[in-house]
Amino acid sequence: MPESVLRRGGRLVWRSLRLHPWAHGAGIMGANVFALAVVGFTVVIGRITDEVIVPGLDGDGVSRQSLLGAVAVVVAVGVIRAVSIMVRRWFNMLATVSTQRTWRRAVTDRFLDAPLAFHQRRSAGRLLAHADADVEVATAMLKPLAFALSVIVLAVASLVSLLMVHVLFAVVAVVMFPTLTLLNRRFTRMVEAPAAEGQEAVGVLSGIAHESLDGVLVVKTLGREDAEVERFSAAARVLRDHRLTVGGLRARYAPLYYSLPQLGIIVVLLAGVWLVDGGSVTIGDVVRAMSLFSILTLPMEILGYLFQEMPRSVVAMDRIDGVIAEPTEPQSELGLEAGSSRRTDEIRRPVVVEFEAVGFAHVDGIEVLANLDLRLEPGESVALVGATGSGKSTLVSLLAGLVPPTSGEVRVDGRATTTLGPEGVSGSVATVLQETFLFADTVRANLTLGHDVGDGELAAALAAAAASGFVAELDEGLDTVLGERGVTLSGGQRQRLAIARALLRRPSVLVLDDATSAVDPVIEAGILAVLRRPFDGDNQVDRPTLLVVAHRLATIRLADRVLFLDGGRIAASGTHDELLELDAYAALAHAYELASGDLTAGGQAGGYG
Amino acid sequence: MSDADPRRIEGVSALSVLRRGIAASPELRVGMPQTVLMAMSVAGGKLLIPLLIQAVMDLSITSDGVHMGRAVAMCLGATVLVVGSIQLGKLTYFRLVRTAEDVLLGLRVRTFEHLHRLSLAEHTASKKGVLTARVTSDVETLTQFAQWGAIAWIIDSVQIVTVLVIMAVYSWQLTIVVLVFHLPLVPILRWMQSRQLTAYEELRTRVSDTLGVVSESVHGVEVVRAYGHREPMRRRVRGAIEAQFSQQMVAARYFSLILPLSDVFGVSAIAAVVGAGVWWGDAWGVSSGELVAFVFLCNLLIAPISELGEVLDQTQTALAGWWKILDVLDTEVDLVDPVAPVALPVGALAVRMEAVEFRYRTGGRVLNGIDMEVVAGASVAVVGETGSGKTTFARLLARLADPTGGRVLVSGVDLRDASSEDRRRCIRMVPQDGFLFDASIAANIAYGRVGATDDEVTAAVEALGLTVWVEGLSDGIQTRVGERGEGLSVGERQLVALARAQLADPGLLVLDEATSAVDPETETTLERAMERLAAGRTTVSVAHRLSTSERSDLVLVFDDGLIVESGPHDELVQKGGIYSGLYDSWLGGTRQAL
Repeated sequence: MPESVLRRGGRLVWRSLRLHPWAHGAGIMGANVFALAVVGFTVVIGRITDEVIVPGLDGDGVSRQSLLGAVAVVVAVGVIRAVSIMVRRWFNMLATVSTQRTWRRAVTDRFLDAPLAFHQRRSAGRLLAHADADVEVATAMLKPLAFALSVIVLAVASLVSLLMVHVLFAVVAVVMFPTLTLLNRRFTRMVEAPAAEGQEAVGVLSGIAHESLDGVLVVKTLGREDAEVERFSAAARVLRDHRLTVGGLRARYAPLYYSLPQLGIIVVLLAGVWLVDGGSVTIGDVVRAMSLFSILTLPMEILGYLFQEMPRSVVAMDRIDGVIAEPTEPQSELGLEAGSSRRTDEIRRPVVVEFEAVGFAHVDGIEVLANLDLRLEPGESVALVGATGSGKSTLVSLLAGLVPPTSGEVRVDGRATTTLGPEGVSGSVATVLQETFLFADTVRANLTLGHDVGDGELAAALAAAAASGFVAELDEGLDTVLGERGVTLSGGQRQRLAIARALLRRPSVLVLDDATSAVDPVIEAGILAVLRRPFDGDNQVDRPTLLVVAHRLATIRLADRVLFLDGGRIAASGTHDELLELDAYAALAHAYELASGDLTAGGQAGGYG
Repeated sequence: MSDADPRRIEGVSALSVLRRGIAASPELRVGMPQTVLMAMSVAGGKLLIPLLIQAVMDLSITSDGVHMGRAVAMCLGATVLVVGSIQLGKLTYFRLVRTAEDVLLGLRVRTFEHLHRLSLAEHTASKKGVLTARVTSDVETLTQFAQWGAIAWIIDSVQIVTVLVIMAVYSWQLTIVVLVFHLPLVPILRWMQSRQLTAYEELRTRVSDTLGVVSESVHGVEVVRAYGHREPMRRRVRGAIEAQFSQQMVAARYFSLILPLSDVFGVSAIAAVVGAGVWWGDAWGVSSGELVAFVFLCNLLIAPISELGEVLDQTQTALAGWWKILDVLDTEVDLVDPVAPVALPVGALAVRMEAVEFRYRTGGRVLNGIDMEVVAGASVAVVGETGSGKTTFARLLARLADPTGGRVLVSGVDLRDASSEDRRRCIRMVPQDGFLFDASIAANIAYGRVGATDDEVTAAVEALGLTVWVEGLSDGIQTRVGERGEGLSVGERQLVALARAQLADPGLLVLDEATSAVDPETETTLERAMERLAAGRTTVSVAHRLSTSERSDLVLVFDDGLIVESGPHDELVQKGGIYSGLYDSWLGGTRQAL
């Protein structure tokens, strides 16, 4: 509905105006000065024609002063015009870019502060689009704003100038200005649909190209090259047809749009000659009117551009608002305190972990866990086993306090995770997740996460995680930068770093969610052995409670106790051999054994240190 | 060619790109002279106004009174010409667009086709994204250029030249004045343009930095929360946003300066024209009409110069993109089909490699001399660490690339002598990544052989024991697998790929096993399917499963581009070599009494 688009567009502009009033104000002022200077210039040219050019060449000549005066005025008005363009562009840009900054900050803050459920509901790609593309598109209509608003001033000033000369010229102008705008609007509306279809066709084509080239190996082995080329060609032809439609429309419109002012000038000229004949106007007046007509096209275009961008900007703004309006996580005082100081220097206390009648259902209603009870004693090593999709990772998230249970309570050291919040829980529980995430930063920064850690402790953690070897072999050791612009580590190496990172938190509970899947089994066994020893070599400290989610029999066998997750609850608990009595468990174990025979997993050149 | 700077190409002039581009796209040459003529008339249309003004002022409004008749005649004549130029403009524009789109279509399709014909050596993982970009974003950049920049170049250049010519006809002296005031613009604009380009490049870097940091805050949200890392992360994100903001304002400097600068020069030119024209006009033979016309002509000069200044940026990017596309088209296709193909026998094929070597175009020897022989119908397991050459070995067997030394023989026939149809019929490779097309399972399986019937598809599924699994899916065999098969798990994708191979019924099956963690439930089905598939044909598996190498007739152990051990599983374990070591490490992990 064009009506509501206009209103929403207006609201968008108003919000930006309130955020950065001075920048917008200066830009708009510059634009208005420009409009006046433009009209002023035509007046100057007209007067010069009458007072300098005609007398100078056809008449008795002019004095040097008059000539120099005329030249000076032309330059002066011209400079004012140029300076006003500069002011308009600079400040308009400032206002636009400042607005972008404000909205980007709001969106990214929301990413950091919204509860995890928010992130789970949306793909990472879409969130990035909000912070980047949507902000760009939403502010796109601010770019021509100053200029577009000044078109009103331009129109009024032009009309006044023409009326001062002769009403006839004003009439021609009144016919011309709106016709141009209408032409512009009509074209934009007509070209919208085919242009959008063209964009879609580009997307389709891109998709085919990506899919086809991603699977180039398969295409070759299947001998499907010709079929793929045909598929691509067909889509490319569709694209070309859309583009030709758009081009055809533009071909019909553009020459007309740009030539209409010329026709206007001819009319003005003819009328002007007639009026000169009658003595009502001078030649200079006619020149003035013609000059005005020759600068008409651009401002009309800018206005059209504004209206073109408005619908897209408004839609993007809605998407941004959708993010900003999301509720933040309740910040618990306790949580903030306990988590921000990484850990105290005191000796780690062993803690108990309890799940009491815990249930968890996804937003779409699918229940993953129901009425789950478990208890981990301090210092235990427990393996969590369950079929794919049984809810193991959900259990881990609940334990880490990342999500609240839908029913029941999860307690760490007697305190509910919902009270502590993830920051509070992180004081006692360290999690190493399935997907290893490392920041694009140095190894050291990734391990310490900005906290103060002594080199000795850093070395001990790396040793326990069997990571000292490969880290030492990196070009810059601990100061090597990781990530796209730095070094890329193998899966096993990343996992070991993640384990070292977790250990540095001196946790009371250490949770490994399939965190060693890429690590060579021999190395893995070594790590687990170390973890089950007291952490701090010198002091006698109770070892952390260990919860390991694993798919390897070797790992499972290393645990004191195995919890079998089935049907959303802990179906059985005991040693591995005891649980083999259960058919369901035995089948799972057998499958694990088959899958485990991986001859080249790991193969880490770095070895274990 | 490095892709470090996507916008500039070292040491290549615009002219050479144009020359090469026109050579590669013959569509461009068709009707070129007509197009230029039309562009000239379009530009001519704009020039009518100053001419008309001059004529009217000099001939109609004279010292001996106003001649209305002449004015009317001239204005009517001008109107007709303007309307004519509008029509001509429509034709010109449409011609330009159609030519451009034809060229682009041709480029797109030919590049795509060429990419598929290139041997697999070109399609390494790192290059894949780059190559796809050629056919998508690079051509799109050219499109945008074709829609605006190219047309601007043609029409604007013509306009500038025509204006100068008319000016010179009126008064060469004044033309010199105009040139004097416009010429300094050229180096100044170019200087500012290059500074602006640098600023925009830096901006692009900062934009991608911001994206990178925000991406980390999103992808790593769990780690950020779980490790209490929120505030440091927030500081980093804000820092990136600030850096982007300040660079945007740096770029804004140039954006705000370039147009006013051109404007000032234009205005100074007008002022100088007025001053010189009035002062020396009589001596130079300049009439008042001509002088007024001159002022209007100056406006027609400044506009195209400014537009060309703004188009320069887009032009550079487009030229760079065009060059890279042309590079792709010029890359040699190394897999050539034989002139006189030798037929391959039906049934299981024997395989032999003689002193086979392989190195990539960019250096790096992968295979250092492979000799091996396998009888028809045998099953071979190929084992070795990543980078030992086993994957390349498998690809050479399927002739996805040609060896750079030695030869690969299949049942006595050199692979290079076999026709491509024969090859596809008799040799099948099931790759590691389980890539599927966005279609149903049945369709994906049917791709295995041209003209396969539904019955044959069902038969293949049954033969591998997959019927139960297929029927357990939401739409059975018609279940759509999604883009790249993402609707299925990794293991399930391999199941479909295996069924596809079963349908193809090759004499030589090359199987590159998936390494990623397979869900255990699918694992058993996969095991059985692979066993059944191997029956009755020669199978070479790049093995990642202990069970595979235990089961096979022959094990080949690769290390650093050579086969270091070969023999049946039991023999190699006894030997106590590399294979035995590998086997031991797994022994400890899995084979204790269940």
